[in-house]
Amino acid sequence: MTNIAAAASSSTETAAAPPMTLAKGFVDRLVIIIPYLWLLFFFLVPFIIVFKISLSQTAISMPPYTPVLDFKDGVAGFFAGFRELNFDNYTWLTQDALYFNAYVTSLIIAGISTILTLIVGYPIAYGMARAPATIRPTLLMLVILPFWTSFLIRVYAWIGILKPEGLLNQVLLATGLISQPLVILNTYTAIFIGIVYSYLPFMVLPLYSSLEKMDYSLIEAAQDLGCPPTGAFWKITFPLSLPGVVAGCLLVFIPAVGEFVIPDLLGGSQTLMIGKTLWNEFFSNRDWPVSSAVAVILLLVLTIPIMFFQQAQAKAQEQGR
Amino acid sequence: MNSTWSRFNITSIVLGFAFLYLPIVLLIVFSFNESKLVTVWGGFSTKWYVSLFHNQGLMDATWVTARVGVISATVATVLGTLAAITLTRYTRFKGRVLFSGMVFAPLVMPEVITGLSLLLLFVAVGLDRGFVTVTLAHITFTMCFVAVVVQSRLVTFDRSLEEAAMDLGAPPVKTFFQITLPVILPAIISGWMLAFTLSLDDLVIASFTSGPGATTLPMKIYSQVRLGVTPEINAACTILIAVVAIGVIIASIANKRREIQRQLDEQAAQRG
Repeated sequence: MTNIAAAASSSTETAAAPPMTLAKGFVDRLVIIIPYLWLLFFFLVPFIIVFKISLSQTAISMPPYTPVLDFKDGVAGFFAGFRELNFDNYTWLTQDALYFNAYVTSLIIAGISTILTLIVGYPIAYGMARAPATIRPTLLMLVILPFWTSFLIRVYAWIGILKPEGLLNQVLLATGLISQPLVILNTYTAIFIGIVYSYLPFMVLPLYSSLEKMDYSLIEAAQDLGCPPTGAFWKITFPLSLPGVVAGCLLVFIPAVGEFVIPDLLGGSQTLMIGKTLWNEFFSNRDWPVSSAVAVILLLVLTIPIMFFQQAQAKAQEQGR
Repeated sequence: MNSTWSRFNITSIVLGFAFLYLPIVLLIVFSFNESKLVTVWGGFSTKWYVSLFHNQGLMDATWVTARVGVISATVATVLGTLAAITLTRYTRFKGRVLFSGMVFAPLVMPEVITGLSLLLLFVAVGLDRGFVTVTLAHITFTMCFVAVVVQSRLVTFDRSLEEAAMDLGAPPVKTFFQITLPVILPAIISGWMLAFTLSLDDLVIASFTSGPGATTLPMKIYSQVRLGVTPEINAACTILIAVVAIGVIIASIANKRREIQRQLDEQAAQRG
């Protein structure tokens, strides 16, 4: 390691070598091609298959669908298949109010939970960013640590707390704040609590990283000039933390729309969310084409937020360079 | 800076951390409960841990999960590191936009979609569902997390180190293994650990892509949770939390040591 450090200090005087931006040479090509092919085959191709199966017919067999576009009969057969493509599964989705409601409910639940997570997460991130520099790494570690413990376990832990005879009701009854146990488990409230709790680190981390970079003398300057603290917050702190707000909200919102574990365990059978609907179509009804159609539409709904997310990622990457 | 750390800041941090940790603490406490009820304290007992070890189904699932986790995390780390190098080093090649899209999209992709699409792929190519398919699925979704972790280290990497080595005649591959790899190693290790925990944790993708004989621990826990909350599950969860916590603590201590060593080296180099 000593040698590296010495080499570093000496090389700063030499002229920089030309940047290695163009892919040349066998090794370079291999570095790109291996992960590229893997992702093409295991990430992109599966989506094409989902799309294909969403257009095929349900059948009672294994696999439970009749393929439509197939090369079995050669290229001519493939094109003949186009005439047999059926959009029944999609018509079915639009006719049955259940699916439409599930999509809308999921978007609303994810939206409200994202705002709640932002409200809960912002003071934590702000407090961390203003903490003495010596304890900041510890605080950061404490935020990340729950993320390492199982998602399923963290959701499960809330069942024992929110149950009618659960810990929260016991505490509230004992202190005399309520006389009847509150019904929280198996309601939308429980889903909100579950999402805010599970996704809080995803919100706090990007917020913290943009708040930490902020120049706090700006606020002092504003206050010197007579700006009240809340005014300074909305005029300076919040706009400067906006990249963190956007990244955090997208990191919470997108996966929350398709969430399955939280609505299933905390929301009970009454609540309707699209991730649960897809799961039930697949595992209970064994209707692969319909669940594929549900997935395709969910993906379409999420395309815009996902593109926003990728743009934000690319921007952050450029700034880090 | 200290003067600006107000009472409000401290309160929000304390409340925030209480919210994050209280459910986990309660879960651990009630795994030592004598009573069968998870919410009423009936005295201290470790009997649920004993019965856990006699639960053959749970033990089998643990073994499957551990193997899937180690294999998928290792392959995902290699692939993810290559993807990170591609993203940071090769800024111009055909299909770069598609590539970065495929790396970042799985990070936020709802698990039900990833699970369903991978299952349909495995059915289409005629691969029997089981251990292999779960492992392949886990490699695919965890490699993107590794790529992001390693990439964030690579962007701050001082390229002049590599240039110096190559000026001194080291071939590119040797430069990578002797200079670049040791520097980004901490990020690669944390990438592996992240991949391992994500694999350990995954219920949805495993449920879609697994088959008979390859039930993972989260699948087992999930099917038992649906039947009701029992102290035995609390005990299983506590062990899982302990394993992960010990791993994270060891890793962070090792990281800190290496950091201190590096600073000492740098000081020595500057003096000499």
